[in-house]
Amino acid sequence: MPKFISDMEALLGKTPDELKAIVKELGAQPFVANQLSDWLYKKDVQSIDEMSNLSVKFREKLSESYEIGLKPYLTVQESVDGTKKYLFPAANGKFIEAAYIPEKERKTLCVSTQVGCKMGCLFCMTGKQGFQGNLTAGEIINQIKSLPEGRELSNIVYMGMGEPFDNMPNVMRSLEILTAEWGYGWSPKRITVSTIGIIPGMKEFLERSDAHLAVSLHSPFDEERRQLMPIQHIYPLKEVLDEIRSWDFGRQRRVSFEYIVFKDLNDTPAHVKELSRILNGIKCRINLIRFHAIPGAPFQSSDEQRIEAFKDELNKKGILTTIRKSRGEDIYAACGLLSTKILGNS
Amino acid sequence: MGTGISAVKKLELFPEKIIDLKEIGGGGFILRLPRRYDFEAGQVIGLSTRLSLEPRLYSIASGENDKELEILFTRKDDGQLTPALSGLAQGDTVYSSRPFGNYTHVTPGCFWIATGTGLAPFRSMLRSGKGKDAFFLHGARDSASFYFSEEFRESLSNRYVPCSSTGAGGCFPGRVSDWLLQADELPLDKQFYLCGRAEMVVEVRDILISKGISFKNIHAEIYF
Ligand SMILES: Cc1cc2nc3c(=O)[nH]c(=O)nc-3n(C[C@H](O)[C@H](O)[C@H](O)COP(=O)(O)OP(=O)(O)OC[C@H]3O[C@@H](n4cnc5c(N)ncnc54)[C@H](O)[C@@H]3O)c2cc1C
Ligand code: SF4
Repeated sequence: MPKFISDMEALLGKTPDELKAIVKELGAQPFVANQLSDWLYKKDVQSIDEMSNLSVKFREKLSESYEIGLKPYLTVQESVDGTKKYLFPAANGKFIEAAYIPEKERKTLCVSTQVGCKMGCLFCMTGKQGFQGNLTAGEIINQIKSLPEGRELSNIVYMGMGEPFDNMPNVMRSLEILTAEWGYGWSPKRITVSTIGIIPGMKEFLERSDAHLAVSLHSPFDEERRQLMPIQHIYPLKEVLDEIRSWDFGRQRRVSFEYIVFKDLNDTPAHVKELSRILNGIKCRINLIRFHAIPGAPFQSSDEQRIEAFKDELNKKGILTTIRKSRGEDIYAACGLLSTKILGNS
Repeated sequence: MGTGISAVKKLELFPEKIIDLKEIGGGGFILRLPRRYDFEAGQVIGLSTRLSLEPRLYSIASGENDKELEILFTRKDDGQLTPALSGLAQGDTVYSSRPFGNYTHVTPGCFWIATGTGLAPFRSMLRSGKGKDAFFLHGARDSASFYFSEEFRESLSNRYVPCSSTGAGGCFPGRVSDWLLQADELPLDKQFYLCGRAEMVVEVRDILISKGISFKNIHAEIYF
């Protein structure tokens, strides 16, 4: 197996203050930290040696203990619809996946935040692999930086492997790098972070970031949601919605709800009625998602007709509802299908 | 936006003086705190050693009518909270939240499955006079990690089934998943309550479903 893990410390993921400390430690002027962050986040170089406006002596010193921290993808699979699934190495011989989804008007990357996930949602392939570790901010940013299409991206969604708010420090740091002037300088409006509703993390995110929020809802009924998502025992949807109500959505920042439509389970008129009741007063959108069968899952996706009708019924109730296009199903890149368990074991 | 510790009040925490903290073997510790609030067996509290450290969640292991609140925890050597927590002593201060959570259901003849410290909600239920007719499949690494096994055996007699790959102390020689895979028949009409690490929960849930248990009868609390 090739050596993915190096003894060097990665620069990717570091903030200006941390870069300043490194620069100071190596005896260079403070402005060198700004040059360094430009090389890391605004330009594309593969090695410290290519950072041409830094002195040769400084580059040599820096290279003794540090590396950029780029981890090139190992494999890529391309779907008939153009979606690409990239496999990246993470720490400890583990792997994660990122899905690149090109459309006419936007080019989206779905990034992972953890190797596996602890949340155990019943319908999710990542959940089945258990938890193997958190990604560092550098490893989250690497999915963008080491992507051939990295500079063409229009949107980033934190919807890959893992629960972002179970890895708060690294997710918040990666958002800072993406949106800060010294970093990628992206508008937070191009970024959406998706959660199953870990309330403490959600509060912190809403306080400290202006990126959009997506919440996995999947059932408006307490008992039913518990069967699908164990998190409902600890952070019930009602409390998630109460928290969301206390924030200003609708203008700069959007909140949307993800809803996988399961046949004869959560696609009934009673669900439409209850959804419109519990979402009352929240300016939001519901994204309906087709369920992509995973091994042993005890349910099926609703058929197209039912999903369309469900959408129409919700729209009639005044909740803006759309159906998410299924992308990358043939390469297991669609929502809920990312898993590197087999690779992790081998 | 900065990367420092957030000023957001996430979970309201109150200072409490430790009544007692003792190591019980197998890497386990029992922490006893004053009990200020009513709670339902199966609920959790947030706990931290200092206000700047994000509280971790712990199931209450004591009963609804016990005078003190008990928490069972294991030390994770690379953890942020448990190494510090396990080093505290009587009279030291910790910060804890009000009880919350709704993993509190107990149904007639229910089936409990837990590994590690995941037994805490079930011990709380038993001490609260609930789940007396439950069947408890209890997994542990070794004999020292079968916390409270005497209490469970006393209350549930042969409906308490300890499992360990070591086969220690006459328990079932395998993991809880092995026991379930070997079981001839599982009660299709009963409710199954799973508690512990994600890896156990997702594996056991898949086995139960493959053995004909409806996912609607499976209830999981994950120690994430
Ligand atoms: C609802 C709920 C109830 C809980 N009840 C209890 C309880 O009664 N007793 C108890 O001992 N614990 C319980 N926990 C777990 C507890 O909250 C802490 O996560 C645990 O004590 C470790 O805390 P720490 O700060 O020492 O470690 P952390 O600093 O949080 O983590 C230490 C290391 O372990 C890794 N890690 C953390 N969690 C996992 C995991 N699930 N799987 C694999 N690796 C992991 C981290 O990545 C890190 O490397 C519960 C959790 C939840 C969500
Ligand atoms: S849906 Fe998200 S939170 Fe749930 S198990 Fe999958 S990755 Fe984790």
